[in-house]
Amino acid sequence: MASKKDFVKFDKVDKSYDGKILVVKDLQLDIAEGEFITMLGPSGSGKTTCLMMLAGFETPTNGEIYLDGNAISSIPPHKRGIGMVFQNYALFPHMTVYENLAFPLRVRKIPKDEADKKIDKALSMVSLQGFAARMPGQLSGGQQQRVAVARSLVFDPQLVLMDEPLGALDKNLRESMQYEIKHIHESIGVTVVYVTHDQSEALTMSNRIAVFNDGKVQQLSSPDELYEKPVNSFVAEFIGENNTFAGEVSDISDGRCKVKLANAEILANPISVKGKGEKTTVSLRPERALINPSDKMDNIHNGKIEEVIYHGDHTRVRINLLGNPEFILKIPNSSSNLDIKLGNEIKIGWNSDDARALDPK
Amino acid sequence: MSSENKQILTTDGIPLEVSLKKAEKKNKVKAFLLVAPLLLFIIITYVFPIGDMLMRSVDDKMVTEMLPKTYKSMETWDGEELPPEEVFEAFYFDFQKLIEEEREGKLSTQLNYTKNGFKSIIKKLRRKSKSFEEGNYKEQIMSVHKRWADVEYWRAIKRRAPAYTYQKYLKGMDMFENEKGEIVNVPEDRRVHRILWLRTLEIAFFVTVFCFLMAYPIAHLLATLPMKYSNLLMICVLLPFWTSLLVRTASWMILLQQQGIVNDFFVMIGLVSDDNRIEMMFNKTGSYVAMTQILLPFMVLPLYSVMKTISPSLMRAGKSLGGTPFIAFWKVYFPLTIPGIGAGCLLVFILAIGYYITPALVGGASGTLISNQIAFHMKSTLDWSFASAMGLMLLSGVLVIYWLYNKLVGIDNIKLG
Repeated sequence: MASKKDFVKFDKVDKSYDGKILVVKDLQLDIAEGEFITMLGPSGSGKTTCLMMLAGFETPTNGEIYLDGNAISSIPPHKRGIGMVFQNYALFPHMTVYENLAFPLRVRKIPKDEADKKIDKALSMVSLQGFAARMPGQLSGGQQQRVAVARSLVFDPQLVLMDEPLGALDKNLRESMQYEIKHIHESIGVTVVYVTHDQSEALTMSNRIAVFNDGKVQQLSSPDELYEKPVNSFVAEFIGENNTFAGEVSDISDGRCKVKLANAEILANPISVKGKGEKTTVSLRPERALINPSDKMDNIHNGKIEEVIYHGDHTRVRINLLGNPEFILKIPNSSSNLDIKLGNEIKIGWNSDDARALDPK
Repeated sequence: MSSENKQILTTDGIPLEVSLKKAEKKNKVKAFLLVAPLLLFIIITYVFPIGDMLMRSVDDKMVTEMLPKTYKSMETWDGEELPPEEVFEAFYFDFQKLIEEEREGKLSTQLNYTKNGFKSIIKKLRRKSKSFEEGNYKEQIMSVHKRWADVEYWRAIKRRAPAYTYQKYLKGMDMFENEKGEIVNVPEDRRVHRILWLRTLEIAFFVTVFCFLMAYPIAHLLATLPMKYSNLLMICVLLPFWTSLLVRTASWMILLQQQGIVNDFFVMIGLVSDDNRIEMMFNKTGSYVAMTQILLPFMVLPLYSVMKTISPSLMRAGKSLGGTPFIAFWKVYFPLTIPGIGAGCLLVFILAIGYYITPALVGGASGTLISNQIAFHMKSTLDWSFASAMGLMLLSGVLVIYWLYNKLVGIDNIKLG
């Protein structure tokens, strides 16, 4: 598929509801055709507002949104041809599943036999054949969710928006639905813009993730990059677990920097620090720190075990390390790690590449 | 499984069912005692009065009891010609007894309902009967007034013989049973009730329509506006609700009368000339305007409570799926408000059909309703049985509408709040 790099383009989009506070600030975002992009962020970060602007239910205060090269700010929602899955499904409760799916086809004046084929196809895509005559109220949450997905796809839109579609489902169902949506996306190649505040959902499903905070995209990258290489401390904090050290850069050279903490010094990877004397937050993923490290690691420090939490396959250990009493370590549950006891002093090491010196919080 | 047939016993060996009944009995008694006052209240204030009304509307014992001998002697009379002497004699003795008890006035009123002209001849008979001689009462009574010699009047008396009658219901529909026992319409120029029934239905129908047309946008606004505006609007809707009905009706009189504010305004902007002011009161217009305003909250509130539950994302879904705003409204929003529409319309229609004070004050002659006629018979003619009959006809009309509504829309589809 010859995919366009900027199938959807947010060009310097601002949005304010009250003329005082900008909920979306100078948004610049390109979405490629066929991509599954997730807008991830805490509530109030502006991600849903972006989705609503794209769908046409909100208008940008400034800037323009382009869909396939056309400015769409002045096009009403019903002419945009964008499929949408809503937070609480928004199935029409007075219509059967069939009628719900037929609605977008009927308003497009698609002949009945052709519409029936499309409906059958959409229902089989979400494995709900045989449910056409049911009312939405007779379906379980997961089934309603599938109907909502099928309805958003039945009229073959080029773009589908999903606004926290799995928020109301329980954990197991949510996970299986994540895979299902991902598979549907892969099989039909539609462009999906997905909004969620659940990071694991975002990491599992997306090609790229846009992390929103405070009306701005903090980082836009693939899930692995987002997790491995957060560009600022918000992203590092928001995605996954994170150990932090606050300090000051004392030396910087050869892509490596020394960070002076209250009573120690560590080596780190300078990401957003430029020179000496800058304040910084060093971020380290719990699984990148090892106990009883080999000597090759350039950061090796002693810490005291404060708390041990048994998690079955792994053990979480809270350690007081270099003045940070909240240092978390994930230790695989193997026989070599049996000496993890409360109060023990242990050696902990990590590579300076994994310790990212980011902006101070 | 054989356990279906086997009695399940509790650990004490008592059958489970018995034990369950025993355990629940106390709660049942408690629950009954809680609702007992309400039950009693309903029986006293609702079931008894309606039962009494039903009895009264068909009760015709009064005349039967006043003229016991007459009716006994009339049993063999075929009604073709003037009754024989024994009927006259019996009537004379019955009548004398009534004079002693000073009840002959009531008789004259009652008989006058059946046939006009009884009042004067009974009065005359009372005067003359003091000097009656014994024997040959037929001649003596007939000589009092020529109507006493008219067989029609005697037939009229005979028609009042049964203790129960449906005459009042016929009268309520502008019909009556003629001398031959056929049910016929009253002459065209004397039909009042049918016009009133039709007008009542017409006014109730249009008031419902007007209320619906006005309430729908208001309720929609109420349900969608932000809290601080919707509260204000809600107060505006409810404020008239908290004002006395009389005050509201009176203020409509001030507004709508020919020298009233609305007409003054029309004259001021030159819409009508000063000597050609519009009559908006003491006719149907007055009833329409005032009743619509007064009944509006009954439409707004059920609509509002239903609209409040409709998620705004449904309209959005409709639009995002390609429906124009109108289609999204018509196919998605509107069908979901039907329970509220049903409740509101039923409520307004039923209230309007029995409306009394407002049409009495602003309706004039052409804007009064059947309930005004009922009140008229309650207070002025004192024909309570007729008033009861019309009241029951109104009640059964309402029940028919309710039944129709249930057939068409389904009563479970109703949502009052």
